[in-house]
Amino acid sequence: MQRGWSMKVTTIEELNKIKERGFLNLYPQEKMRISIGTATCGKISGGDDVFNAARMYVENSGIKADVIETGCIGFCQEEPIVSVTKPNGVIIFYSKVTPEDALKIISLSIEGKVFKEKLLGKITEEDFIIAGESRRTEENKFSQDEKEAPLLSQHPFYKKQIKIVLRNCGFINPDSIEEYIARGGYFTAMKVILEGWEPERVIQEIINSGLRGRGGGGFPTGKKWKSCREAKGYPKYVICNADEGDPGAYMDRSVLEGDPHSVIEGMIIGAFAIGANHGYIYVRHEYPLAVKRFANAVAQAREMGFLGKNIFGKNFDFDIKIAKGGGAFVCGESTALMASLEGNVGEPRAKFIHTVESGVWDKPSNLNNVETWANVPVIIDRGADWFKKIGTKGSTGTKVFSLVGKVKRTGLVEVPMGITLREMIFDIGGGSSTNKKFKAIQTGGPSGGAIPVLENGKSGNGSLIDLPVDFDRLTEVGSMMGSGGMIVMDEETCMVDVARYFTNFLVDESCGKCTTCREGLRHAAGKLNAICEGKGKKEHIEILKDLAEVIAEASLCALGGTAPNPLLSTLKYFPEEYDEHINEKVCRALVCKALITYSIDENKCTACRICEKECPSGAISGGKNVIHKIDPQKCIKCNVCFDVCKYGAVIVSSGKYSRRCEHTKTNLKPIKERVS
Amino acid sequence: MQDKDKIIFTVNGTEIECKKGEMLLTVLLREGFDIPHLCYHESVTPYASCRLCLVEVNRGNGFRIATSCNHPVFEGMEVKLNTEGVAEERKNVFEVLIAQAPESEKLRLYAAKWGVRETTYRIQEGDCILCGLCERVCREVIGASAITFAGRGANKELTTPYKVQSSSCIGCGACAYVCPTDSIKVFDKGFIREIPKLHAKFELVPCRICGKPVTTKEHLEFLKKTKIEKATLETCDECKKKEYAFLVASQGHM
Repeated sequence: MQRGWSMKVTTIEELNKIKERGFLNLYPQEKMRISIGTATCGKISGGDDVFNAARMYVENSGIKADVIETGCIGFCQEEPIVSVTKPNGVIIFYSKVTPEDALKIISLSIEGKVFKEKLLGKITEEDFIIAGESRRTEENKFSQDEKEAPLLSQHPFYKKQIKIVLRNCGFINPDSIEEYIARGGYFTAMKVILEGWEPERVIQEIINSGLRGRGGGGFPTGKKWKSCREAKGYPKYVICNADEGDPGAYMDRSVLEGDPHSVIEGMIIGAFAIGANHGYIYVRHEYPLAVKRFANAVAQAREMGFLGKNIFGKNFDFDIKIAKGGGAFVCGESTALMASLEGNVGEPRAKFIHTVESGVWDKPSNLNNVETWANVPVIIDRGADWFKKIGTKGSTGTKVFSLVGKVKRTGLVEVPMGITLREMIFDIGGGSSTNKKFKAIQTGGPSGGAIPVLENGKSGNGSLIDLPVDFDRLTEVGSMMGSGGMIVMDEETCMVDVARYFTNFLVDESCGKCTTCREGLRHAAGKLNAICEGKGKKEHIEILKDLAEVIAEASLCALGGTAPNPLLSTLKYFPEEYDEHINEKVCRALVCKALITYSIDENKCTACRICEKECPSGAISGGKNVIHKIDPQKCIKCNVCFDVCKYGAVIVSSGKYSRRCEHTKTNLKPIKERVS
Repeated sequence: MQDKDKIIFTVNGTEIECKKGEMLLTVLLREGFDIPHLCYHESVTPYASCRLCLVEVNRGNGFRIATSCNHPVFEGMEVKLNTEGVAEERKNVFEVLIAQAPESEKLRLYAAKWGVRETTYRIQEGDCILCGLCERVCREVIGASAITFAGRGANKELTTPYKVQSSSCIGCGACAYVCPTDSIKVFDKGFIREIPKLHAKFELVPCRICGKPVTTKEHLEFLKKTKIEKATLETCDECKKKEYAFLVASQGHM
């Protein structure tokens, strides 16, 4: 813990002094700085072990180096990511580092060498997004290895990214307020308050920037602030929505774990503009590390006088309390979140009266998402005109997506709005990870839809691969931005099964307050389950369409209003799959268990007995030198035989579609050839 | 009514006057329009769960389907009742309600009144539609909060906290009175009152005249705090009649 000051910071000069101190932490002159990614994605890949090994090694060997924890730099699949900042200013990133690798990296770094096996890239110059400042290095001070290392910014995963929200994630120690300040943090909030900006000027800047709510709805942020400022009633509240619940989306968590101060600074500016003295962050209980790091950041900000009474020595009070959510998806909805915050059951209410007029405890309340808040300091510092140049006309700025699924490179990517799906999955994602044809991209989680991207890279033929990604275009095609989940699916994904999965998710996560959402979704899920089980009937499609309409039109909140999207988008773009499931009882993706059968190709079986041994239901008969057979009565379709067979003998089929397991081993000949 | 509190809006083109802050359904019912509703009661806050009181309300350039029970009336509001869209969605809502609570005769009769006699959806068990009227009456009117929802989504159910008899329950039966589907039933057997849905069992207090059971002790305590005539609280209906008849006969009706 880096404490030790008791002074409240009230002048730019004082803040500059802290900045210098933080800068020395970030870029030490006499020693190395070794940062290990220990956000949740880093931890689950073994980041803690790497951190401990590196720290022990440095302590025991007396090497001059700081070993610190940092957040996620986005490339989650490559975690644990370790970066080494050298006294000459170069930062070298390594991926998938094991504890043993870490020791090698440290010892090689001292010699000016680079551990090429795990090298990801280097950073030699940085443009700090805030204050327009930058940092340059002198290449003549680099070693040969360092000169040769490729630039991280040229890595295909990073090349098209613009980091505004994730500006500090993976670079600073999230537990150090000094390092946040070193990269321009808190200067904007201080400027606004010390220079005595009119709150209206702040709001106008946000309105001009065109910033829209990043939580999914896409409501203009400035307009919301304006309504809340003008609303009658006191006290007013500003709230940060960190109840991130979409399956596959985790950008809020990453920001809170990697750069919590950016959210705090955004909230200070927002509270000042709106005229609020109380702030809340509603964060998932399931994000313990995010809660811990945010709580620590709040404590540090209080110590420096950025939160609490008389912020920056001026006549403005603001503080933030942390409220933990109990794990309900619906509590990400604004009114349900506020109900939960009050201590009531997290159920939404109708928004005929907006929350900016009557929200928490019936007082004016302004709720924005983590990502929205993190954008605020940058917009105020750089100005609306600068921000507007990024993105599209209707959707300015950047958006953080969590790119997951069947692409080679997965992780958190921050890209300008308007980037095409093609750029997302081919340039950033690197194309298919399985060499299969892409089928669809699911955006927006359970409230979004599946967008077809048929064939590899071909446009036309119903494919929307060249669709620019922004709020309006996604809504037009029947999906939505949501919180930015982006799941890439290939031909091994059954679209009926996707609709079934998301609809069942919503059946569980609906609060159950209104009839249409609770009962409508229950019946829709029932029909979808039946279709996947091969019990689908022709009339089910009409019933599903009717249900979708009534759920969307007559439900109380946005959860119900958007709940039919997975169903409707798959019905719209992949009707042939529904047809096949219902009329032919066939699943072309070979996913729906009731519609597929497993068999063994007698011309390929080597009688190796592995599948026979591994089959958990004893469905495979065979023996030494006897062709193996699967008893369909006993088979539970667990896919184990398919996975363990190395001779291409197991076939899974459904109607005219079939797939054969991979043929990787050739040391045994098929038993048929051997016996005869 | 002061002028600044007055709001004029139109329903199917006819102008209607009401007070600022009133909910649309309240005004519509007062004006004599027949709108189906199950989760609404004038004595509690609207909850908007049953989704039957749908109307079309102007919003932006067009009209949007909305529930009327929780929709505040605003100046210049245009309301359309029983449009084609509303009728279609309402039919669907009735159908899922019947599927959810097929055992409720009261619900079936109500739906039949609105022209819905059967459901295309898979019938489940039960007679509760989770409208929450009992919960609100118990909390807002009685002040007992003896009833609660448990679970979420498809697993949501109406019960008592921890599914045992609530210590705050007074056995008054207000919940059963407002229940639109007769899901909550009150059984008086001898000097025992049972409300199975609330896991509640009470002893009944005898009539001070004839000794027949009247109501629960807790209920009497509650009634004593209200403005209701105290003298006849512990009297059964039969004896009340006799007592009033005696008073009229002996003292005259003036």
